[in-house]
Amino acid sequence: MNTPNPRRPYVRPMAGWWRRNPFFVEYMVHEGTALFVAAYAIVLLVGLLRLAQGEAAWNGWLDALKSPLSVAFHLILLAAIAYHCWTWFRIMPKTMPPIVVRGKRLPPGAITGCGLAVAAVASLVLLGLVWGMTR
Amino acid sequence: MKPAGKRSNAPIFWSLFGAGGMLAALIGPMLVFITGIAVPLGLVLPADAMSYPRMLAFAQHWIGKGFLFAVVALFLWHAGHRIYHSLHDIGIHAGMGARLACYGLAMLGTVLAAWWLLAIGF
Repeated sequence: MNTPNPRRPYVRPMAGWWRRNPFFVEYMVHEGTALFVAAYAIVLLVGLLRLAQGEAAWNGWLDALKSPLSVAFHLILLAAIAYHCWTWFRIMPKTMPPIVVRGKRLPPGAITGCGLAVAAVASLVLLGLVWGMTR
Repeated sequence: MKPAGKRSNAPIFWSLFGAGGMLAALIGPMLVFITGIAVPLGLVLPADAMSYPRMLAFAQHWIGKGFLFAVVALFLWHAGHRIYHSLHDIGIHAGMGARLACYGLAMLGTVLAAWWLLAIGF
């Protein structure tokens, strides 16, 4: 690939290609939410280890979660994963097979809206369950 | 009969990516809010909502164990698959190294989650 070519043909540089167009910037940002999903999974994974190690270890993990740095980090995680949620359902009309209702294709806005509504209900049910179990 | 050809493994990784992405979209923000903001600050939920006896009982119950395993493993497989494909976009071309780093770490996290959940007991 990098063999010297005496003709020295023009090769369009690709470095930073995604910064040239706002559409691509958004693409990279929504793909980038995966880093935050992974970071949260690792936080939980460490929690599982600390839980398996016993009460003192678990309380140490809980104390770490109370530090201002951790709360700030979780606010960033919350923003990134909420953005993942929004883009996930915004892209959904393009990633799923078309749904035809009474001879008309279901509009993309309806699919995105349904997805977001289901996410809102699922989140409230989860909060309600945790609230009910810990009250 | 068709010869036993080499079948693509893409659907497996895509399914894990899709399942993890859907789970993260449905409850990810609320989970982060509960474990990282509400409980540590004592907002909405009681400050002892994640106390040791309570979380131990949750992780020992098969429903809680299954939920914790699904969240950790599927989030990791979702992220691993997405990062693997984004590496190509930033000029790191998909190869064995990238594959091992992304899917290998997701697999490692899955095994560790299973191991520690089993260590927590029933």
